[in-house]
Amino acid sequence: MNGIKRWSKTTKSNIITYGIVLAFYLLIEGLLAGNLLSNSFQGMLVPVCAYVVLAVSLNLTVGILGELSLGHAGFMSVGAFSGAVLWVILEGKVPDLVGLVLAMLLGGVVAGVFGFLIGIPVLRLRGDYLAIVTLAFGEIIKNILNALYLGVDASGLHVSLKDSAALGLDAEGTLIINGAIGISGMKKISSFTAGIILVLVALAVILNLIHSRAGRAIMAIRDNRIAAEAMGINITKYKLMAFITSAVFAGMAGVLYALNYTTLAAKKFDYNTSILVLVFVVLGGIGNIRGSIIAATILYILPELLRGLQDYRMLVYAVVLIFMMIFNQSPQVLAWRSRMGQIMMNWPVAQRFASMKQGKKEG
Amino acid sequence: MEFLSYVINGISLGGVYAIIALGYTMVYGIAKMLNFAHGDVIMVGSYLVYVAVTGAGMHPLLAVVLSMVACTLLGIVIERLAYKPLRGASSLSVLITAIGVSYLLQNLALLIWGSTPKSFSSVISLPTFHLAGGSLTIPGITVVTVAVSAVIMVGLVWFVNSTRTGQAMLAVSEDKGAAQLMGINVNTTIAITFAIGSALAAVAGVLLCTAYPSLQPTTGAMPGIKAFTAAVFGGIGSIPGAMVGGILLGIIEILSKAYISTQLADAIVFAVLIVVLLVRPTGLMGKKINEKV
Repeated sequence: MNGIKRWSKTTKSNIITYGIVLAFYLLIEGLLAGNLLSNSFQGMLVPVCAYVVLAVSLNLTVGILGELSLGHAGFMSVGAFSGAVLWVILEGKVPDLVGLVLAMLLGGVVAGVFGFLIGIPVLRLRGDYLAIVTLAFGEIIKNILNALYLGVDASGLHVSLKDSAALGLDAEGTLIINGAIGISGMKKISSFTAGIILVLVALAVILNLIHSRAGRAIMAIRDNRIAAEAMGINITKYKLMAFITSAVFAGMAGVLYALNYTTLAAKKFDYNTSILVLVFVVLGGIGNIRGSIIAATILYILPELLRGLQDYRMLVYAVVLIFMMIFNQSPQVLAWRSRMGQIMMNWPVAQRFASMKQGKKEG
Repeated sequence: MEFLSYVINGISLGGVYAIIALGYTMVYGIAKMLNFAHGDVIMVGSYLVYVAVTGAGMHPLLAVVLSMVACTLLGIVIERLAYKPLRGASSLSVLITAIGVSYLLQNLALLIWGSTPKSFSSVISLPTFHLAGGSLTIPGITVVTVAVSAVIMVGLVWFVNSTRTGQAMLAVSEDKGAAQLMGINVNTTIAITFAIGSALAAVAGVLLCTAYPSLQPTTGAMPGIKAFTAAVFGGIGSIPGAMVGGILLGIIEILSKAYISTQLADAIVFAVLIVVLLVRPTGLMGKKINEKV
């Protein structure tokens, strides 16, 4: 007992977060072993992990850095494509597990490089402009990947933005990315265990970043940029640090997601995907990492289970999004909530609770 | 000749962007918020015209007026219910709410009208003009679009500079607090701005769907974002800026579609936005505002 008491509040909170993920993993593995899960549910396990990682990483940008990024699907897409291309080339030459790890690493690195390249110009902007530019980058990435043809033959990789004939592949060459059709005929190698490991790695990195010196600097920038700058915090450095970390994990989640299917097309990662992840972040609580995990899991699984609600799903999301923002952010509503809280505190029942607590402390 | 006809097409598309951008720029200038749902108001307006003309057999002009009235009300309702409670909250929360409203409108339209694109071409038909011995054709809608957007711009400039309400708008955009002290009703002024912007959105919707006659719940989203690009390009908050930005963007889009790549045209338009924001963040005709703690 003494050991647990000595842990700080943050450590305890982190352990609860990891515990939730592990408990979920054990629960699902148990159900899988008992053959209690339907096929459609099993098919959702890997995407759930991918969306959890996406939500956690977007929460780093939106909640901790305080900038709205609407291009998260773009990083996911870049990561997914680079990882999938590597896997298509490596398929059969290395064991599946090595292939998955290498693909994820490459996906993360490429997405991180894009995060760096996009972050430098984007992070100079503020607020609404930043949001719209990240959206623009997401759309540019989608458009380019939609028009991209990539093939490989004896002389190396060939790239074209026109059509597959323009690649000039020799007879032995294979076409990897076929424009808007994308990549097809991949071997599925993502697994639920790999997904959970990625979730844990993402959590470990992001939670540690948040609670480190760098994390506090990032939050200081969020709360007041000019004051933080006056305190000697290097704005660009810390903003980039958060933005790139977020991009890296989005890219890795993209690889996990892509390698769970046999085909991959750029149109999957559009603006709507970015918004979906944003909905997870907002509903889980902006800046609350554990909330993102829970929201992403529940919101991804729930609508799939309630088939009848399918048509109304996005409508409900939209209403909830507006409602949550007004409930949590509107100055008038916040004032009303604190008034209500005070009124409740004056109720006899609440008073008795308060005195009981007081008594305990004194005793 | 070919080049010229592309430019004319570009001006036509740009005129539509300009009208949408005027709505964005006014709301941004006065309420300091990016109204993401603006593009979807366009879509609602177009659907209303479509229903009024094909369903109720109304005269197109009457349908347009009706749709303008309905969009005006819609704009005011959105502002009251979603944005007004958040006045004074962080810009992040206002932006997320606006995205929520945009999604709400799209999904409502999806439930009401379905996802199958509606062909708008039957609604309004205009004659085509032939110039230079038939080698240059100008669709009637191009002429109408350019004329309408010019009239709207001149009208708005006059309205803002010469009426009491317009002056109140300028004052609110300059300094909300000071405007309130001068006896201006800030909330009413912002509501009027939304009303005007939404009425313009209805007009833009009709012009857009006449030029590109396929109507579906997501019709408004992309032109909305591009029009915002146009507003930023011209300098957000500036009425002539929105006009210039819109037309330039329309020309850029059509020319890149014609000479570079159809698939990459959108990417090029967004690249323009990024370059403008990096090189001249206040746009072509915007003014710089210093920030204080």
